[in-house]
Amino acid sequence: MKQLLKLEPRRKVAALAAIWAALMAAPFWMPLLGGYTALGTRVLVLGLAAMSVNFLLGFTGVLSFGHAAWFGIGAYGCGMILKYIALSTPLGILAGTLAGGIAGAVLGALIVRRRGVYFAMVTIAFGQVFYYIAFQWSSVTGGDDGLRPFYRQPLHLGVATLDILNNAVAFYYFVLVCFALAVAAMAFILRSPFGRTMLAIRENERRARFLGIPVELHIWIAFTLSCFFMAYAGSLYALVNNFADPRGLHYSQSGDFVMMAVMGGMRSFWGPLLGAVVFVVFQDYVSSITINWQIFIGFLFVLVVLFFPRGILGAIRRTVVAS
Amino acid sequence: MTQLLLFNITNGLIIGAFYVLMAIGLSLILNLSNVINFAHGGFLVVGGYIAYTLEPYLGFWGALIVSPFLTAIIGLAVEKTLISRVYGRDPLYSLLLTFGLAFILEDGTRVIWGANGKPFTIPAALAQPLSNQFFFITSYRLFMVAVVAVTIVLLFLLLRYTRAGVRIRAGTLDLETVSALGVNVRALRSLNFAVGIFLAGLSGVLAAGQLGLEPTMGAGLLMPSFIAIIVGGVGSLTGTLVGGLLIGVASGVTAVFFPAASEAIMYVLMAVVLLVRPRGLFGEEGMLT
Repeated sequence: MKQLLKLEPRRKVAALAAIWAALMAAPFWMPLLGGYTALGTRVLVLGLAAMSVNFLLGFTGVLSFGHAAWFGIGAYGCGMILKYIALSTPLGILAGTLAGGIAGAVLGALIVRRRGVYFAMVTIAFGQVFYYIAFQWSSVTGGDDGLRPFYRQPLHLGVATLDILNNAVAFYYFVLVCFALAVAAMAFILRSPFGRTMLAIRENERRARFLGIPVELHIWIAFTLSCFFMAYAGSLYALVNNFADPRGLHYSQSGDFVMMAVMGGMRSFWGPLLGAVVFVVFQDYVSSITINWQIFIGFLFVLVVLFFPRGILGAIRRTVVAS
Repeated sequence: MTQLLLFNITNGLIIGAFYVLMAIGLSLILNLSNVINFAHGGFLVVGGYIAYTLEPYLGFWGALIVSPFLTAIIGLAVEKTLISRVYGRDPLYSLLLTFGLAFILEDGTRVIWGANGKPFTIPAALAQPLSNQFFFITSYRLFMVAVVAVTIVLLFLLLRYTRAGVRIRAGTLDLETVSALGVNVRALRSLNFAVGIFLAGLSGVLAAGQLGLEPTMGAGLLMPSFIAIIVGGVGSLTGTLVGGLLIGVASGVTAVFFPAASEAIMYVLMAVVLLVRPRGLFGEEGMLT
């Protein structure tokens, strides 16, 4: 594992270039494989959400099973701005991100001392609070029907206007830019001394504590950052659908995000994106052929846990090392 | 007003008793195996539907007794083939595994018994209201409470006075030592899991009589059980018992004043408990924290 972190830089640069090239060219190659641009946009946003979950799970070793709440708050925050207050896409994203991030920071302070299963359980239960609020408070949130109607607004870039509402390809590139900003921020944090401390806590919490690292504070900051990223992804998701769904806050959604992270490979930075690609495409496919698609998702969970606990990238790396 | 309040407190206690039955099973599994069983609601539904299938042949009473045992056998098979493989691994994996199982059980019941709700008939003697004068409480609800009370007392007696029960309690505190003393921990965990699923199955039959049957009913009942465990304190069955009754009463009382918040109040209660006493009301320091 440690040797792998020092994979020769050349190979790393090549991999990075390949990832970005594939993402930038997606609107051109996806239709050839039977995909469509909107699916690509959805994968990108859900991939960002899975990477945000993994920021906490894979790099700090803290298992939150209620992250859909922050994702959903971001979506509702963004949608409410667009619906009730101002017709501005950037303002919507900003408000959604802040709402979800701040809610996460406050609740995080309450639960940061818990660990392991207990932490997971408390995050699930608190996450459900927001689900119930979205579900019950129908006069504001639209209740079971979700928040609608609202529409993402064209971007005014000074000289030109980018019509992201009607032009799917333009919207894909807009989301890709937003995605790149968040991913760059994540990578920057993980490379910083703070990011290294997160890894230290993951590897051996007790030792980190003996070294004088304020573990609780670090976990709280990591949790909060992850919530901000999550809410950011949620705001983008509201723009993708022009709709905010209460089921987006439900704990089963959190489970899906954790699954994407684990399936792709939670010890690697890009793993969750790969997991999101596989998961979303699989879900899209099985739900198009049967109404009982949930059972297939269930079997997917069981298979991954029993046979691919390290995820796709983890399995590939193992084979590379072995050969 | 007082009468209404009294009625809702009683009602809350009845609902709380039901939460307790489900939460205790969940708590047993969590304490010994460190597994949050997301599929608990799924097993509840399976128990209910098995009773529905058996009822025409065995009648209500037969179904009430046989269905939980059959559910426990299914649970045992699932534990042996799947869940036992993730013991000792990061709790992440048991969570994802039982999460997937919950999907499979829910959709499986939908495939076998259909997506539409099914009625579950209860004996006429239990369906009548006790008294129209004071409160409108059917005798079925009291019957539910009686079943829960007898089951819980039996369970506590078993845990206290049988060899396996003592081992389960010891294993909750320190499984390694119990294993070192020559106890077959694998078998102990399987037995414990089966008992937990038995309780889920029993909850399913009882719930079916009250609410009817629907494939999605388990997921909705899962969250209150979680909260009961957290409020009572992880690691303590007494805590789960008190926690379940407490959230039942809290939501019953809130229903009088502010019906829309009767669900939310449970979460508020949980937040308050976590603030004032992070380990839960009866939780011991160091348990699973």
